[in-house]
Amino acid sequence: MKILVCISKTPDTTAKIAFTDNNTKFDVNGVQWIINPYDEWYALVRAIELKEADAAATIHLITVGAADAEPIIRKALALGGDEAIRVNADSHDSFYIASQIAEIAKQGGYDLVLTGKETIDYNGSSIGGMVAELLDQPYVSLATKFELAGTKATITREIEGGEEVNEVELPVVVSAQKGMAEARIPNMRGIMAARTKPLKVVEPIAADALTTVAGFGLPPAKAGVKLVAADNVEELVRLLHEEAKAI
Amino acid sequence: MSVLIFIDTTDGHVKKSSLEVLTYGAKVAEQLGTVAEGVVLGSVTEDLAALGKYGVKKIHQVADDSLNHLDAQLYAKVIAQVAESTGAKVIIFSNNVDGKAIAPRLSVRLKAGLVSGAVALPDTSNARPDDPVGRGFVVKKNVFSGKAFANISVSTDIKIIALSPNAYKTVAGDGTAEVVAFNATVDAAKVKVTNTTKASGEVVLTEAEIVVSAGRGLKGPENWGMVEELAKVLHAATACSRPVADAHWRPHNEHVGQTGFAIAPNLYIAIGISGAIQHLAGVNRSKVIVVINKDAEAPFFKAADYGIVGDAFEIIPKMTEAIRKLKGVA
Repeated sequence: MKILVCISKTPDTTAKIAFTDNNTKFDVNGVQWIINPYDEWYALVRAIELKEADAAATIHLITVGAADAEPIIRKALALGGDEAIRVNADSHDSFYIASQIAEIAKQGGYDLVLTGKETIDYNGSSIGGMVAELLDQPYVSLATKFELAGTKATITREIEGGEEVNEVELPVVVSAQKGMAEARIPNMRGIMAARTKPLKVVEPIAADALTTVAGFGLPPAKAGVKLVAADNVEELVRLLHEEAKAI
Repeated sequence: MSVLIFIDTTDGHVKKSSLEVLTYGAKVAEQLGTVAEGVVLGSVTEDLAALGKYGVKKIHQVADDSLNHLDAQLYAKVIAQVAESTGAKVIIFSNNVDGKAIAPRLSVRLKAGLVSGAVALPDTSNARPDDPVGRGFVVKKNVFSGKAFANISVSTDIKIIALSPNAYKTVAGDGTAEVVAFNATVDAAKVKVTNTTKASGEVVLTEAEIVVSAGRGLKGPENWGMVEELAKVLHAATACSRPVADAHWRPHNEHVGQTGFAIAPNLYIAIGISGAIQHLAGVNRSKVIVVINKDAEAPFFKAADYGIVGDAFEIIPKMTEAIRKLKGVA
């Protein structure tokens, strides 16, 4: 069983969002970087659990990013995983990134490719589906459970107002979300071990970017809260009905 | 040239999000001076021709039984055939659970740039008159979990837009769509659906116009009755904050926030939720936010449109009563 887990570097959930260069670039000044939470808590931890249940399993991590993504991939290795691959390219286009991941996945012949359901910066939810199409493999998205019996995966995915259970033969690409696994904290042994785990840097293959960011913006600031006295709930209801037209 | 809209269904019914993309897609077609066509997969019990009232002229249906459940690989292959045959230049999905699975695959298949989570009509003002979709096709989407937006320029011949649920208002007019059977090559599905569970009779959280949400301020799961009452009278979905889901006071599928569901209802009522930045990331796209909290310093008030500082246990029943009166419900 060979598992490839896709890891993305994202700003911390509490990072201040601002832009530079005439609103064309994200302002990285003072930003703390983390492993994209969906990649870490759900995709990676579930992969580690699968390896704990099957000692013969191997986990490779992949990130597409510049050298500054290395602390993040080391942190992921501290949680688990046998080795990491960094494709040395900086891009925000999903198709370009997916093309790099698919190339590594083809070479490695993985049984399972796991991603988070989306990154918390570009919110694209696209990498998993694109990688699956490039590999011509089935794709189950927004998975909340993943169980394996031999080469048959039983995957629960979110649907509107409920869940659906899917059965599929490996190989498969899966995007993971809450429910898949519980967040873990790396222990000292993991952190020490991560220092010596192999981190391979490979150059990107030629691929097109299908989209570009023309500019960023911030939503208009709220006008300020209109407070209503606690003993005048009727007034709130009136405002919601007549002014906000929300009820 | 045409605009092709994917009409998503569940159990033979057209989803609410599909009506949004139909309205949106018809508008995009109008903007580009072309027609809007729809594609629907699997069998449908509803009258598809009636969807013409949202502006779609023609609907291509592939009523193969193996398309009654989502297999994204299969769906993308079939939609690609319809797109090629109709000469679609813009293809539109809802960025809902199914759209998120299919649109990226179709993007690869057609080498078409994808903007997922779009929140507005494309800006084609920089397009050349002879080639309206060739250049200057820019679509606004949310990024950084609703804390910012980005304008994404798509440079490919074919463009795919996945529209955020609740971002575009459904408008129904007059009209009937011509429904035609499309003869597609359909492979066997590789994904088998073995079980489906759905909470019946409740308002679906991600589709709800109004959401009533509560946090730790409610002190315990036994106090949720009044939240459910308020939700019921508003025909709203119920939601909760992460600590509440983690403590198992409420099920995980009610958790909204950075790691739970991201929602964008017309009205979000937050009761006893302090408004941590991770919570806001899941709800900041709500059009109107009401915060009820006994702590005047709760950060949520800064993100709110309306607020009451006070005791939820007194305010919520009164609010339910006032809304009942407003709606003329006894």
